[in-house]
Amino acid sequence: MNDKPFVVAGREFASRLIVGTGKYTTLEVMKQALEESGSEIVTVAVRRVNLQDRSERSFLSYIDRNRFLILPNTAGCYTADDAIRIARLGREAGLSDWVKLEVLGDEATLFPDNEALLHATKVLVKEGFVVLPYTNDDLINARKLIDAGAAAVMPLGAPIGSGMGIQNLANAMILRERITEVPLIIDAGVGTASDACVAMELGMDGVLMNTGIAAASDPVRMARAMKQAVESGRHAFLAGRMPKKLYATASSPQSGLPQSRS
Amino acid sequence: MPEPDISLRVNGSQMKLPKGATIRDLLSQLEIDPQLVAVEQNREIVPRPEYPARILSEKDTIEIVHFVGGG
Repeated sequence: MNDKPFVVAGREFASRLIVGTGKYTTLEVMKQALEESGSEIVTVAVRRVNLQDRSERSFLSYIDRNRFLILPNTAGCYTADDAIRIARLGREAGLSDWVKLEVLGDEATLFPDNEALLHATKVLVKEGFVVLPYTNDDLINARKLIDAGAAAVMPLGAPIGSGMGIQNLANAMILRERITEVPLIIDAGVGTASDACVAMELGMDGVLMNTGIAAASDPVRMARAMKQAVESGRHAFLAGRMPKKLYATASSPQSGLPQSRS
Repeated sequence: MPEPDISLRVNGSQMKLPKGATIRDLLSQLEIDPQLVAVEQNREIVPRPEYPARILSEKDTIEIVHFVGGG
């Protein structure tokens, strides 16, 4: 059925689902889950090569780079300088200008440090990066990121890895109404398929998740569920839901029942 | 008399390499595929095409990073 394509920074994607590659029990399970998700963008982290343990070195061989755009993140960075450094290293390692920019402000919540995030966004945009910032659901902050040249705005639905779904529906709806220049992608907090579906029903352009799939008992099946939830939610949004009403309205004709015995 | 080794710090560990060794030599000794990593020499990113010519120096701090699973 007709839909406008999901376009980020001029590049078109067939799937509105972006998936992470962390926390899988095995790389084989990760590979199957990525395939089942239908996603075309996968996030990865940038870390030191372990000089003793070689087990991590085969990671990229489990990701089909013809199919997936590799999106390096700056997860774990608590200052703009660290995030900028990791973004540059990710570009050198991956030969792509795309970065999922995280600058965290607190270890317990992993909430973004918006001031540092904005600064890092400005620096990296000037260096030619396609910056996809992980931020909170604050419209004014989102505006500043867009003005700084962010290629998308990626508000959290709930804390990273919490699986609580979109906690502030009103803010999400305001963001959806007010942000039309760049894609709006819910990043973090999706715990199960209905959470992803809600995000898409609100009209989000996409959803990014990792733990919601990786921490399921059967990640491959959950990846399939998330794919379908994102598609279903998108269709429901495009279809335009019926208005909510407090009282019942019968679905069947009120008249024409056979006369009851009297 | 052979040239003395240089000692440098690689991903937090001390290493010794022959004087004149390049980044390509270092990666090759560590059996790391240059196509899959990014390398910093004293906080400056070294572009991949420069690995064969970039000479390592005594007390260099080298960081070698790659992609791992992440959200």
